Amino acid sequence: MSNTEISIQADDFSLADEVALLEKDNVSDGAVVTFTGRVRNNNNGNSVTSLTLEHYPGMTEKSLAKIIIEAKERWQIGRVKVIHRIGELHIGDQIVFVGVTSKHRKDAFAANEFIMDYLKVNAPFWKKEKIVTPSTAVGDKTQEMSESWLDAKNSDTNKAELWS
Amino acid sequence: MINIVFFAALREQLDCSDMSLNIDDTKTVNDVKQRLSDNNAQWQQIFSNTSLLSAVNHDMVDGNHPVQSGDEVAFFPPVTGG
Repeated sequence: MSNTEISIQADDFSLADEVALLEKDNVSDGAVVTFTGRVRNNNNGNSVTSLTLEHYPGMTEKSLAKIIIEAKERWQIGRVKVIHRIGELHIGDQIVFVGVTSKHRKDAFAANEFIMDYLKVNAPFWKKEKIVTPSTAVGDKTQEMSESWLDAKNSDTNKAELWS
Repeated sequence: MINIVFFAALREQLDCSDMSLNIDDTKTVNDVKQRLSDNNAQWQQIFSNTSLLSAVNHDMVDGNHPVQSGDEVAFFPPVTGG
């Protein structure tokens, strides 16, 4: 692989394959740090059944590239791979992957967290979740499905600001 | 002409994913927003939301950023990826 790769894709990815690519012909880096984000079955107390991820083609790739360039200016890192899935995803599905290599672990750990934190607040992705709520009517065992866009979390903004 | 695109909840509220606008005397992102607000009362309310983000040619910018003919201007809610 080249030193930076970004992939926006509907398809799933293999953690093992991604690690193998980060390591292939790369004998100068002793550290490989990976992060994988997955779809939870719950959010804000609601039972989530699936997510749909929308993005802004063109800007997404550009914003991730900028985040990676900034990480490379801050830390001594080797290879970086970012994968973000789009479309409909279900509970347990992988959503996002960030892999970073470096000579020593400190740089790869920090750069990986930085890239995830900035992705959360700067990369143009939006999640719409389908949730199930039990009917409130007495004796009614049916469930109601609803769909809504997620609100951005202040905690994500605060976390990203810690790096500045 | 300026090409304008909308995403996610904003696209659904407006029931519009993209449109074109003559540049006329539009100088900044805020001017674009003002012209969109002038469309009707519903759009005015939607664009009064101060949490909306904007981008010009795929870079996140603030309202004072200049726009010129040929630019792609995007408006969208705070992002929720990852």
